[in-house]
Amino acid sequence: MAETEGVRRRDFINIAAVSAAGVAGVGIVIPLISQMSASADVLAASSTEIDISAIQPGQAIKAIFRKQPVFVRNLTPKEIEEADAVDTASLRDPQTLAERTKEGKENWLITMGVCTHLGCVPLGAGEGEIKGEFGGYFCPCHGSSYDTAARIRKGPAPKNLEVPEYEFTSDTVVQIG
Amino acid sequence: MMTPPSSLPQRTPDQPERKTKDMARILSILVGLFFTVALAWSFGLGFYTWATDPAAPTAEHEFHLHPKEVAFASDGAFGKFDKQQLQRGFQVYKEVCSACHSLNHVAFRDLAQLGYSEGQVKAIAAGFQVPGTDPNTGEANLRPGMPTDYFPKPFANDVAARAANNNAVPPDLSLMTKARHDGPAYVYSLLTGFQAQPAKLLKEFPDSKTPSGLHYNPYFANLNLAMAPPLTGPGQVEYGPGNPKPTVDQMAKDVSAFLIWTAEPSLDKRKQTGLAVTLFLLFATVLGYMSYRNIWAGKKH
Amino acid sequence: MSFPWANEYKPSHPFMQWMDERLPLPRLVYNSVGGGYPVPRNLNYFWNFGFLALICLTIQIVTGIVMAMHYAANTAVAFDTIEMTVRDVNWGWLMRYMHANGASAFFVVIYVHIFRGFFYGSYKAPREMVWLLGVVIFLLMMATAFMGYVLPWGQMSFWGAKVITGLFGAIPFVGEPLQQWLLGGFAPDNAALNRFFSLHYLLPFVIVGVVVLHIWALHIPGSSNPTGVEVKTESDTVPFYPYYIAKDGWAVGAFLFLMAVAVFYFPNALGHPDNYIPANPMSTPAHIVPEWYFWPFYAILRAFTQDFFFIPAKLMGVLAMFGAILVWFFLPWLDKSPVRSGAYRPLYRKFFWVLVVDMLVLFYCGGAAAAEPYVMISQLAALYYFAHFLIIVPIISAIEKPLPLPYSITEAVLGDDDAAQLAPAANA
Repeated sequence: MAETEGVRRRDFINIAAVSAAGVAGVGIVIPLISQMSASADVLAASSTEIDISAIQPGQAIKAIFRKQPVFVRNLTPKEIEEADAVDTASLRDPQTLAERTKEGKENWLITMGVCTHLGCVPLGAGEGEIKGEFGGYFCPCHGSSYDTAARIRKGPAPKNLEVPEYEFTSDTVVQIG
Repeated sequence: MMTPPSSLPQRTPDQPERKTKDMARILSILVGLFFTVALAWSFGLGFYTWATDPAAPTAEHEFHLHPKEVAFASDGAFGKFDKQQLQRGFQVYKEVCSACHSLNHVAFRDLAQLGYSEGQVKAIAAGFQVPGTDPNTGEANLRPGMPTDYFPKPFANDVAARAANNNAVPPDLSLMTKARHDGPAYVYSLLTGFQAQPAKLLKEFPDSKTPSGLHYNPYFANLNLAMAPPLTGPGQVEYGPGNPKPTVDQMAKDVSAFLIWTAEPSLDKRKQTGLAVTLFLLFATVLGYMSYRNIWAGKKH
Repeated sequence: MSFPWANEYKPSHPFMQWMDERLPLPRLVYNSVGGGYPVPRNLNYFWNFGFLALICLTIQIVTGIVMAMHYAANTAVAFDTIEMTVRDVNWGWLMRYMHANGASAFFVVIYVHIFRGFFYGSYKAPREMVWLLGVVIFLLMMATAFMGYVLPWGQMSFWGAKVITGLFGAIPFVGEPLQQWLLGGFAPDNAALNRFFSLHYLLPFVIVGVVVLHIWALHIPGSSNPTGVEVKTESDTVPFYPYYIAKDGWAVGAFLFLMAVAVFYFPNALGHPDNYIPANPMSTPAHIVPEWYFWPFYAILRAFTQDFFFIPAKLMGVLAMFGAILVWFFLPWLDKSPVRSGAYRPLYRKFFWVLVVDMLVLFYCGGAAAAEPYVMISQLAALYYFAHFLIIVPIISAIEKPLPLPYSITEAVLGDDDAAQLAPAANA
């Protein structure tokens, strides 16, 4: 009896030693994997303020947020009307313009300038760029067309242009992120 | 594996029993159907849209032109730079293009390749003001260029370039002839291609009128270009004696040739080396082939 | 394993004998690519492409190490350091053009090598492991080539990286975090460029390792041959040295000649002009395309334009693109015909040629703009691609009546084989 217990104890010590090596192995994998995630300096640049006072109705600007373009667009009443006239049930990603803007600031359409298909920058924010057949944005990579509420209407993109988190810190300044 | 004759395989291939109800086969056909049906579905809807609602033609598609045919001394396997032409092209760049367009990857010392002497290169460099540091105050200033300096940028950054150029950034020209399809001909065609918008275009696409501040040019991808015609008339640049007349066409050709050089200064050396290397390899290959025939001689295969 | 009639390594020089007793490396070489490796005597020129691939890998590693001596993986200067290499480094232009065109040459050679395998059934027992390792090499090559194309940090580098890493975003639930983890940020930037450089330098050596396994696995059953009939007797084979060294040698000469023509006279023909424009995250090129050797798979990716039941179109495209290569892993078990070579499979042979044309169509569509009619053509071509491997090949392998096979390689080459005369008697 005593002898078999001794064997068991020795087995246990061996198993525990191997387990400890296993834990060490797993332990070193955590930092090795985690180091590839966004670093602190990348994360730090995750909020930005934009002055919108100079954007006339019908105009838009491209700003930069997390090293990606953001479109800030001052919609004309006609464009708002067009966006509201669409039956949301017919949309691939059903949302109304009101859901995509802030109350009382329906003319300010603020979206990421990143096509939800594969991440290209759609055209339509710059002066003279093609706006596509729905008057919003047009992605030249694979032909996605967005309407005046930056909702996907045609082409391969699965979702509307993403609306980032933002707030108006004053009438002329908007903080994104 | 000294195979005795009795165990030699048979003349006909072994036909292992084929299981007709093979799970793997059914599984693979199901996976195959998954992808093919999904594709057929995409195709069907795409075809329906295409048949019922064809994409509207665009002005860009209908009126964009491919670059004109134009020949340069450096064309072809044996082509070499015409240094006299490169010098004229450099003159056009310096006197016309450099007001807006940078030449980031080219240093003044590189101009020696155009046939300028050391003294001439020094003088050309000194004619440009490049960013420097005041040795007394440490503040940024401008100083005359040296052969080791690179061509200065006309604008400090893209924002300044946009502000000065109606919201368009004049692109760097160092690599322009490699950064466009059929680059040298493209540059030449663009420079000589400014024109009034065709009446046919305005009739077919009334919305495509050239916006104010832009200039119609059918060789530019979206037809309307922020750059005003830079070469305005003959004699804009004065060529020295012994050179052709500086017509717009000649100046455009010369500056295109110069930009072939800025994009690929090693072009002459590349083609010369290539001739030696390909001839040697041809010789070595023939030798190798003969050796191969020699070694395999009498060995039927 | 080798055939019993294989020549034995017999070092004559005392130093080589001394070496052989301590580290039998010369013996290994002799038995792998020397006189000790018996190879079927009837190999045609399609069998040269394995050796050519090895030459390509060597060219890429040597020129790549040189490029790395002058390159800096930083978004601010990466583009400039490449230009500096080309303009100011002695022979830098040659190294750069050899490396860029060498990648294209490598893929040309590999595609021929793979399609050789398709036609002659090289993936079949007992060479499944050779085939599997080959597909692994192809995947590693694609990853290496993709990351290498990002390094010059031109417009196509940046947007290629963005589009391809964007594919991972299509994976449900974990897609977006996974994409950010791969890039080390929200978009391709310094972090991504640096890790791509690190991996681009590492992976070729991993490829070397897998190539060693690939050749090792090949030497267990020995090389296949155009008849698909296994080696039976010594008269079926010739030693690798000098016979196939001589044949591969002159083929390498011809290959290098063609590559030199490309490097010296058309160095940019296979590149995209947009990659001579420095990367600009705020401006998308009008027409993003990967390098030409990815076009067939890019066409498959873009062919899925409609959601399929609950699976989004984008995810379907990603699944199909990876599936298009992964299906090759299963080929040895999808094609159960006992006959290897397409030369004796009348039905399979026809569909093989359809597949070749289909791949060329996919090539063309993958490089064309994402507009009709190219999208519809690529949909039909992608449909055939999947049908070929998953439906047609399994079915024809069950119903096809193969042509009579020669008794042996010797019989196929010489018209008759003494050993074959004995066989019927033995069977009687």
